[in-house]
Amino acid sequence: MQRPSWAPDEVDIDRPSAARVYDHYLGGLHNFAVDRAMAARAVADWPELPRIMQANRAFLRRAVRHLVAQGIDQFLDIGSGIPTVGNVHEVAQAADPDAHVVYVDIDPVAVAHSRAILADDPRTGVVQADFTDVSAILDDPVTRSLLDLSRPVGVLVVALLHFVGDERRPAEVLGRYREAMAPGSFLVVSHASADGAPDRADEHQSLYRRTATPMTMRSRDEVAALLHGFTLEEPGIVFLPEWRPDDPAAAPAHPERFTGYAAVGRRD
Amino acid sequence: MTEPGAPLDADGLDDPVDALAAAWAAEVEGTSYVPMAADELQAHLRALAGLVVDGVLADPPRPEVGAEVGRRLVAAHFTGPATLERTVLLLARRLPAVWGDAVLPAVQSLTGTLAAGYAEALRDRTLDEQEAIRRAVLAARHHTEKALHASEARFRAMFHEAAIGIGLGDMEGRILEVNPAMTRMFGHTADDFRRLTVGDLTHPDDAPSVWRLYERLLRGEIDNFRLEKRFFRRTGEEIIGHLTLSLVRDGEGRPAYQLAMLEDATERHRLQEHLAYQAYHDPLTTLANRTRFTERLEHVFAEAGPDTDRRVGVCFLDLDGFKTINDSLGHGVGDTMLQEVARRLAACVTDGELVARTGGDEFVVLVEDSHGVDRLVELADRLLAALATPLRLAGQELVVGASIGVVEQAVTETTASELMRAADITLYTAKNEGRGRWAVHDPSRDEAETARFTLSAALPSAVAHDEFFVLYQPLVSLADQRVRGVEALVRWQHPRLGVLSPQLFIGPAEETGIIVALGRQVLEHACRDARAWYEEFGPAAPFVSVNVAPRQLQEPGLVAEVAALLDRTGLPSDRLQVELTERALTIDEGAPLKALDGLRAMGVRIAVDDFGTGYSNLSYLRKLPLDVIKLDGSFGEGLREEELSDEVDERIVGTLVALGHALDLTVTAEGVETAAQAARLRTLGCDEGQGWLFAPALPSADIARMLRRGTPLGPRPGDLLGA
Repeated sequence: MQRPSWAPDEVDIDRPSAARVYDHYLGGLHNFAVDRAMAARAVADWPELPRIMQANRAFLRRAVRHLVAQGIDQFLDIGSGIPTVGNVHEVAQAADPDAHVVYVDIDPVAVAHSRAILADDPRTGVVQADFTDVSAILDDPVTRSLLDLSRPVGVLVVALLHFVGDERRPAEVLGRYREAMAPGSFLVVSHASADGAPDRADEHQSLYRRTATPMTMRSRDEVAALLHGFTLEEPGIVFLPEWRPDDPAAAPAHPERFTGYAAVGRRD
Repeated sequence: MTEPGAPLDADGLDDPVDALAAAWAAEVEGTSYVPMAADELQAHLRALAGLVVDGVLADPPRPEVGAEVGRRLVAAHFTGPATLERTVLLLARRLPAVWGDAVLPAVQSLTGTLAAGYAEALRDRTLDEQEAIRRAVLAARHHTEKALHASEARFRAMFHEAAIGIGLGDMEGRILEVNPAMTRMFGHTADDFRRLTVGDLTHPDDAPSVWRLYERLLRGEIDNFRLEKRFFRRTGEEIIGHLTLSLVRDGEGRPAYQLAMLEDATERHRLQEHLAYQAYHDPLTTLANRTRFTERLEHVFAEAGPDTDRRVGVCFLDLDGFKTINDSLGHGVGDTMLQEVARRLAACVTDGELVARTGGDEFVVLVEDSHGVDRLVELADRLLAALATPLRLAGQELVVGASIGVVEQAVTETTASELMRAADITLYTAKNEGRGRWAVHDPSRDEAETARFTLSAALPSAVAHDEFFVLYQPLVSLADQRVRGVEALVRWQHPRLGVLSPQLFIGPAEETGIIVALGRQVLEHACRDARAWYEEFGPAAPFVSVNVAPRQLQEPGLVAEVAALLDRTGLPSDRLQVELTERALTIDEGAPLKALDGLRAMGVRIAVDDFGTGYSNLSYLRKLPLDVIKLDGSFGEGLREEELSDEVDERIVGTLVALGHALDLTVTAEGVETAAQAARLRTLGCDEGQGWLFAPALPSADIARMLRRGTPLGPRPGDLLGA
């Protein structure tokens, strides 16, 4: 039986949560033993993982700054997780103090934590919803009060789509977001991929099967298909560290080891 | 340094503090995520490096700034323990290398306070963040519990307010909880229900499959089923419900509860039954209607396989004279009569026999499994007997008669529609044979009856559309073989079947009475043609002999009609002869005789057709006003052969001729086909002959042409003489 949407999920901290594991990789302390144990297992198999997560977070920072430079002053961060360090609103508001940000996550703990730390910032808000439930997110009163969708908006789906299996039709869902985005809006995507390290990615994928958020690695072409309808900002779809690095001379020797793709698409 | 792998060339910098910052950045890069761009990070570490160098080189040294450096590392989110390790090693190695071993004690003190400051800041940060995340868990749980509470409240409301009955039972069949809709439906209180088990809800009409499905559900083989089931209310009334029973499993997937949802369909069911009843019953008599009867009959055929020995029978019944009763006493009485008839018929049948009203005053009894025609005949007798007792209606006693067509056949030798057609024809036969009786279907009679039946039905419109025409066959004087008269013979120009002989339609025309109108048309045609010949040929013109049916003779206006016709056409009465069958004349009644007298008085000649074929009561020959006897062709058959002649036939014909002559009648022989026959007839004294030897039946124009030629007909007289 399909659980009705108004019947809430239970809060189960005996299972690792993707949001808290991610926080741990970034050096955060908003996590529990079960999350750290899972991270430890993952790192044992794949020592580069913390670096990959950090590279992802750094990409988010560069992408938000790029968008602010393009004049974007409102953001919708879907799958925001635990807002531990280097959050979108911090990055954005450092450049534009009036930037508005709505965080969206399905994890009730991540949402509760976000609410707690954002309580004093009237320019930010939190919505608990699933990425695929487009109308629940866009029509939520929080979203409606903070974002003006008739103007360009930055929609971030960073390190999220690999938690959305094909059976949930992520391309269609992104299409519905695209329809709702005013011309001049941007979509920011990063996506785990096995392209750089197929063996490790396989094991990693199976590890995540035990969490509430199983993982789907996608190839470059599959990621490109998800971005259908958006015009890619330079340099297109690249490995995480390759996307507009702060110091091009300081690029890592083996970007493919940061096995994840980054891209920013523009809604024309 | 957040961008992993970015190498910094520490030795390429001139300022030793800048060089220290660059080396530091390279060491701690990647040990934790720090949300800064590379230049921001370098600037941050440059400030810390400055603090460190100033603290070490100060006089006296100020190693306590190490604590501040440690705290600022954590504040920048250098939270990984590797950051501290690498920082301490870098400073311990690099500062003495640049500023000499003299700084060593200060460096050792400073790294110690740096480690303590770092640890303190990280401990505080850890405690803060752990508290934050735990608070978030509590908040999320609180939120979830509130949502669960709200959701449970909604479930309760749904359960209580639902229009359908909902009940929860355990796996032993005990009823645990029911909603108000369920208690209303059954008239039990919720407490009553808790004392019941699912088994107590058995109904005698339950199909065995109901409880088989239930057992499978309890075993967890199926998760739900849906069916229609009957229940009893507390008061004993019946509930017809649409039941959905679902299995509720626990967290491990084991069957835990059963959930019943019951929709009360009793009213809908009653309505459906009522509509079905209306569709299949005649509202006036409450008997089955034609639809029901047809369906049952077709079902009998559909159900029987090709090798079946099943037999089926019907009694098709039609009231005699119902129309008269309806017209004279009114529809109210007619309806009451039909109701009473229906009641009596229904009382005659037993199981496996269906009485239906199939039309106005048409009823049919279907015997689905017949055991022979005798049973059907017995049934028909019972039906007629049931109607024999007069009905007391509208203050008077009315007798209603009925005719019944009985058909009884093996299912394999007919079809439903053929059976009903046979029943229709047989009923017609029964009516035809006289009312108030039954007739049994006779397949051999069927074909003829069918033809008669169809032609009979078409006759009235054929007469109205003037589809008949008349041919004339000459009556020849055997003495000189010249035409003395012609017999008018009617033909039907049927629009589909072509020209039909009177043998096919005179019978039905007489039965239906349409013969009166048809006869009138033939008389008219004949008189007009005869009048035309008379105008052309004067006294030499032939008379016309027209057949008149017994039914016509009974028409009171016949004589006046003929008189008017002669008057209108101008045909002299002695040019008209009417032919009557012997049978018509034996009717011992006044009206025909009076008509004959009237016609004869007018000057019309009277002939007896087919003489010798009826039950001859020769006395009538004396009593009746006759002019001619026509010997039936069968008497002349024995005289046809040239060599051999039947002596008995010769003597009979001779006797009949003598009889006719004794009564002063002209004797005409029919069916003259050979010259020998003609010669013998003439020898025997016969006056006139008619037949193929002389001429076939011809259109009036051909008769006129023949008369104009004026030659004798048939072989030359010499040939006849020579016979």
